[in-house]
This record gives sequence, C-alpha cells and structure tokens, in this order.
Amino acid sequence: MKILVGYKRVVDYNVRIQVKPDGTGVVTDGVKLSANPFDDIALEEALRLREKGMAEEVVVVGIGPADLTAHLRNGLAMGANRAIHVQTGDAVSPLTAARTFLKLVEKEQPGLVILGKQAIDDDANQTGQMLAALWDRPQATFASKVEVADGKATVTREVDAGLETIEADLPAVITTDLRLNEPRFIKLPDIMKAKSKPIDVIELGSLGVDAADHIKTTHYAAPPKRSKGVMVKDAAELVAALKQKGLL
Amino acid sequence: MSKILVIAEHLDGKLNGSTARAVSAAAAVKPEAIDVIVLSDAPDAVAAEAAKIDGVSKVLTVARAENAHALAAVLAPQIAKAASGYTHVFAPSTTFGKDLAPRVAALLGVSQVSDVMTVEGPHSFKRPIYAGNAIITVEVDSASIVVATIRTASWAAAASNGSAPVEALSVDATLPSHTRFVGLQQGKSDRPDLQGAPKVVSGGRGVGSKENFDVIYKFADKIGAAVGASRAAVDAGYVPNEMQVGQTGKIIAPELYIAIGISGAIQHLTGIKDAGTIVAINKDGEAPIFEIADIGLVGDLFKILPELEAAL
Repeated sequence: MKILVGYKRVVDYNVRIQVKPDGTGVVTDGVKLSANPFDDIALEEALRLREKGMAEEVVVVGIGPADLTAHLRNGLAMGANRAIHVQTGDAVSPLTAARTFLKLVEKEQPGLVILGKQAIDDDANQTGQMLAALWDRPQATFASKVEVADGKATVTREVDAGLETIEADLPAVITTDLRLNEPRFIKLPDIMKAKSKPIDVIELGSLGVDAADHIKTTHYAAPPKRSKGVMVKDAAELVAALKQKGLL
Repeated sequence: MSKILVIAEHLDGKLNGSTARAVSAAAAVKPEAIDVIVLSDAPDAVAAEAAKIDGVSKVLTVARAENAHALAAVLAPQIAKAASGYTHVFAPSTTFGKDLAPRVAALLGVSQVSDVMTVEGPHSFKRPIYAGNAIITVEVDSASIVVATIRTASWAAAASNGSAPVEALSVDATLPSHTRFVGLQQGKSDRPDLQGAPKVVSGGRGVGSKENFDVIYKFADKIGAAVGASRAAVDAGYVPNEMQVGQTGKIIAPELYIAIGISGAIQHLTGIKDAGTIVAINKDGEAPIFEIADIGLVGDLFKILPELEAAL
C-alpha cells in the first residue's frame, strides 16, 4: 500500500502573528516557517504504518512556490520515500488543494491519504473532507488512533461528546488530531540521506485543476484586545469581587 | 433574498444547543426563510425541539435508517441534494459541523467559510485565522451558494418560543456503505455541558495529576460550573479529550471562566477570549494568563481552592 501525506508549510506555531497596519495581510517576511504540526503527525502516522509492514511507500505532497523544496526535504529526512511538489505562486484554497490531491490520487492510487485536520495558518479544517467527497471515499477526521487491517481502517476520532470509533474501507482519507502520536525528531544522517531522495515537481497549471477561488479575503484586522485586569490578594477578595459582579 | 438551510446537530434524540446558535447567525443574514434540517433514523423528538427555535420557518426531517449515526459520508449527499433552492447552508462549528460541512461544500463545488464570527452581509463574513490572532473579512462570490460553519462562541442561542411546522422530506440520494459507525465512548457527567455552561472552571498542568483534578471538580460542583482543561492537562492524561478548551479543542464563551493552574498558552487563550469574566489562579505571577485575566490571584491552588470554598 502507498500512503500520500499532505505536508504544508506554515508560519511556525511559536511566532506571534502581526497584522500589517494597512490590513492587507499578516507579516510573513523574515518569519520562521515550519511544517504544519498536524502534518508532522500525519507523516509520523504514515511512517509507523510503513514500519509495521502495512505500507510500502510514503509520499509527502506539498503545494506551493519554488522554495518549498527545503521544506519537502524535511519530510524526506523524517522518513518519507519521495516527495511531490505541486508548484504554484498563488494562494491555494482548501477546495483547490482537495482538487489537486484528487488528481494525484488518481495517478498514484494510494490506499490511504493522511492529512492534518487543519493548518494552523488559515485554520480552515476543510481539505481532507473535501478530498474524500470528491473522491467518493470514506473520511475519518480528527483521528487519535488508527488501525489498519483487512482492507479497512478502524479509526478513533476525537469528537465533542468523547471518542467515536468508525470503520472505513480503503482507500480512505484520514485527518489527524493532536494526540494521534508524537512525531520523531529528524537526525543529522537522515538529512544527508534525504538529499538523494526524489522530488517530483509538477506545475499546478498542468494538472487541469479548476483553481478559481470564489471566496476573497478583503481585509485583515488584529483581534480586539482584552485589557489587563486587576490582581486580588487572597480568596476572600476574589469571592467579594465576583459577588460584586453578580457572578457568584 | 436569502434562504438558509441550517443543519441540526443532535445526539441520543436530543437537539444540541449549537443548532440554536447557528440559527442566530442565520437570522443575522436577514433572510426570507431559515429552515432547519434534521437527519436521523428517528427525527421526531429532535424536530420538535428545533421547531421551537425563534426565527425558524420550518423544520425538514429526513428519516432513514442509515442516518442513525452522524457519518459525514452518509449525511453529506443528502444535504447537498436538500440544499437545492437555498442560498446558504449553515452548520455549527463543532466537531459534527467541521466534519460534515466541508464534505457538503465540496459536493456543491464551493469552498467553505469556516468559523463565522460576524455576518457583515449576505455574502460577507468575519472569521478568525492563526488561532484568532487575525480576523479576516471574506466576500463570497454572490452567484455561489454559501456553505459556512458558525463559531458557536460568537453567537448567543436563539430563544425557544417558536412553533414552526415540521415537514418530512424525501431525498433521492444513493448512500455509501464504505463508512460504518462502531461506537461512541461518551464521558459520563452530571455536570453542565462545557459548550453551553454559563460558568466554567478549568484546570491545567499545574493541577499535577488525575487524582489532584478532584479539587477542580469539587470546586466546580460547588459553584455549579462545567469543567474544562488545557491541552497540557489532557495530554498528561489528567482528564479526557472532550474537556480540552482551546484552538484545537472547544471554543467557549461562558459568563465566568476560572483558569486554575493554567499558564495560558496562546492556543488556550483562543478558546476563551469571548468569556465574560476571566479569573486566573496560578502560582507563577508572570504566567501569560494574567495578561488577559480580568481578575488574577497568585498563589498555590491547593491552598486557595479550599479557602474559596470556605468563603462561598
């Protein structure tokens, strides 16, 4: 079995996001970029399935500009067999990403596609579900446990009510939640090895994907700030303050 | 004029409170009609609850045995069919809606507007990105159907004084059998629901262990609050996942939020910034939680909580 893994590059989760004063975007120049944390979890899960003998090949997929290569090399250093770089200079909506993955799925015929449940930049949480819809295959979103056997995946999902378990015939799309696994660290020798692993570069335009975006972002703003409040010195003062506000 | 289809969320024959919040967002569009659709094997009780929500024009029920569990792959094709004639499809931005709505959107050939905070116009919305560190205004092409999830913490639930008619709808859609429900392990709790409770008490890493979390439960019960937790507390196994509050957990807006032993990582603050009053109790006076807390108290939670209980 082959596993495709979505591997998006985003602003590092430790960076304090600043909105540009003119409202045209957020500051990304000179800001540290990293793999989307949920995608590292997706890659880790794919690698573990390969190590258990459930898969032979793990392919990381990135959609983005020419300089995405270094990012994809990280995925290869973590352990993916090869990478596919779909090149575009344009912003990619979740629907365009899903349509792009569908083209790759038709070509690569994977048994599983594992994606992060959301990217921590646009927080859209759409691409996996959309790919599953367009592909007409099962989706198992927000996965915290994955077992693959007998042509199906049994997935435990983190839902508001607790933990839901579903069974999905393969091929299927899985999206990862935080507690699925802890991604491994990249070791120096693996970085060297990754240099010789193949990266296929495909122009997004050559895939015949409808990349029209019917949702436009017209303005960016900083969120309203909560002002710093008061400090109280003990439990009695706290209770008095809450009673005064009518909260107790 | 706009016509909005709101997808009802329900479990065990009860309507989830997030549905009335999605209806509030729908009302902000000032549409000609708001219809709620209930997909279930036995929709009657849920439909009766939905019919009471103020502003609802009618409730549509789709009763099929396959709808016994909320599997997105099964529900989405039915909703995509039912959406014909509507200008908007709204679902709450809960794990139910987040799982389902993008599948509906893709079947309708559109991207989705995730986590709507405010409605600026029928095709214009504000939503958070970067864990709420930026708020964007998006414009949806006026010729496209709008599929959106509603950030429930941004919307008060519509009241329940209405009496909309309920109609059975038959939807001609072939349903897949490739996805099957196995089981749901639900947290058993007599405490208020975390997502709708007016008071929430949350514990973090500072609580120290699963056993120690009893002091949080005890205090919460004393003031009638729901109990939440930071990601650190869930990761450490102190409490189950459904209690997590934050960017990737639950986004809540209680009147009173008391954070105990929570340092206040930005991902956690994202989940509580719509709370009315935030109280922080932490032994580290430099903890970031104090930057946004309305009332802060520095000290040992194991000393302070008994004192609080005594002072109540």
